[in-house]
Amino acid sequence: MKEKFRLQPRAEQKIVQVFLYFLTSVAVLVLFFILAVILKNGLPQLSLEFLTKNPAHMGREGGIFSTVVATIYLTFIALLVATPLGVGTAIYLTEYTFEGTVTRIIRFGAECLAGIPSIIFGLFGFILFVNKLKFGWSILSGGLTLAFMVLPTIIRTSEEAIKSVPAAYRLVSYSLGSTRWQTVTKVVLPSAAPGIVTGVILSIGRSIGETAAVIFTAGSALHLPSSIFSSARTMSVHFYILAREGISMPKAYGTAAVLVIAILLINIITYYLMGKYIGRSSRS
Amino acid sequence: MKDRAIQVVKFSHYYGQQPSLKNLNLDIYRKEILSIIGPARSGKSTFLTCLNRLVDLVPASRVEGKIFIDGQDIYQPEVEVAALRRQLGMVFATPVPLPMSIYDNLVFGPKLQGQTNRQELDHLVEDCLEKAGLWAEVKDRLKTSALKLSGGQQQRLCLARVLALKPEYILLDEPTSGLDPISTMKIEDTLRLLKDEYTIILVTNNTKQAARVAERTAFFLMGELVEVNDTEIVFTRPADKRTESYIEGKFG
Repeated sequence: MKEKFRLQPRAEQKIVQVFLYFLTSVAVLVLFFILAVILKNGLPQLSLEFLTKNPAHMGREGGIFSTVVATIYLTFIALLVATPLGVGTAIYLTEYTFEGTVTRIIRFGAECLAGIPSIIFGLFGFILFVNKLKFGWSILSGGLTLAFMVLPTIIRTSEEAIKSVPAAYRLVSYSLGSTRWQTVTKVVLPSAAPGIVTGVILSIGRSIGETAAVIFTAGSALHLPSSIFSSARTMSVHFYILAREGISMPKAYGTAAVLVIAILLINIITYYLMGKYIGRSSRS
Repeated sequence: MKDRAIQVVKFSHYYGQQPSLKNLNLDIYRKEILSIIGPARSGKSTFLTCLNRLVDLVPASRVEGKIFIDGQDIYQPEVEVAALRRQLGMVFATPVPLPMSIYDNLVFGPKLQGQTNRQELDHLVEDCLEKAGLWAEVKDRLKTSALKLSGGQQQRLCLARVLALKPEYILLDEPTSGLDPISTMKIEDTLRLLKDEYTIILVTNNTKQAARVAERTAFFLMGELVEVNDTEIVFTRPADKRTESYIEGKFG
């Protein structure tokens, strides 16, 4: 027989609280579990030698130096291309045109670009850069592909940062006889810089961790890259191959640990900058 | 003796379809302080932004008629807007120091014109701060952020920043509306000193301020110029009934 069961409000409150606490703990625990597994298996692998020696015997021996270099190289090229493109687009959208159909279409396009799976970017980069433009499997192809992948992030964060610059600053700048470009470079961008930098750093994190887009475009050569036309293997691709081919699990974990620590550091820096940025804009 | 510096001829301004200034005709004489009074939304501030063409930045804004400044029709395509704005320096209702040092705020305008001589700039900074009555208070901290100044100091900084442009005209849009009485007094004192050198147009919603500092006063209502005359006459024997009721505080 059914009986209406009613809890005391206080007890109900308690139960909800415990339940939500439990949910939160699960989410956090998963995160910590992943970190713990990687660090537990990976940290013992880490040594100066691991970081400074090139892989030998397909990665079974030696370190990961060439893959670290390749990762930095690729990320650098990606950001070198994506930052001016993205910031330029954001400046155009916010400062050089009034809100309208065109800006909405551009923004919608950027959002769509952000939603495309990275492996599709890899395919696109393979067709365009590797084959059509004949850059081959190279750091250049991989870097350009990554650039297009992170472009939406940079556009969006830059746009938000630029929009948050008080309109009064622009008005004052114009009233003091500056042109549009002078207003952008001398008033708007300096005020928006912390926000823009945050977007760029987030993009660095994404570039470092990206595998699918890179494996199709930068290849997987293990030697130290000598130019932007060298094929190269990034840390994430190296990890994938070591694990997938069963070459060396310890080395794979070591690589993963380096990757995770790098991304962790980047996120910490980003949060630090964001905090500073928010603190600054609320003060002024 | 009365040299017409600015002539406004059959001038109207629209936001979209909405007229905000209707068929204005007004002469502004050189080196006078003209105050513009009127209730909120009467087009006073819009009028100022039409004079230095800051109104260009407002989407869907349109003008009709002509404004001549020193004989030049400022809405002709050959007019260089940046130069025009330097000539008609503007102080806004809320003090807006740019997020940089006091010094950099002041040299912002001159540097845009390519002025880089450090000594000249130092000189200019001191001169303008002195004129705006702020030098004594900030001379030891020119390199600190302008955002740290008090509201009254910030507004005087904005005035000094305008002076650094070496303008012919100073447009002030309710410059003391957010300030305490002492800061207000300091700004008014400065304006009285400046009128020997500059033509000053002062928009204010404080009729007493107009009476205190202006030689002539114009009364705007709903985008129309109701009347303009010597301040004394406007305040004692206004020609229009509406002016009288506004000044007596019956509306607005």
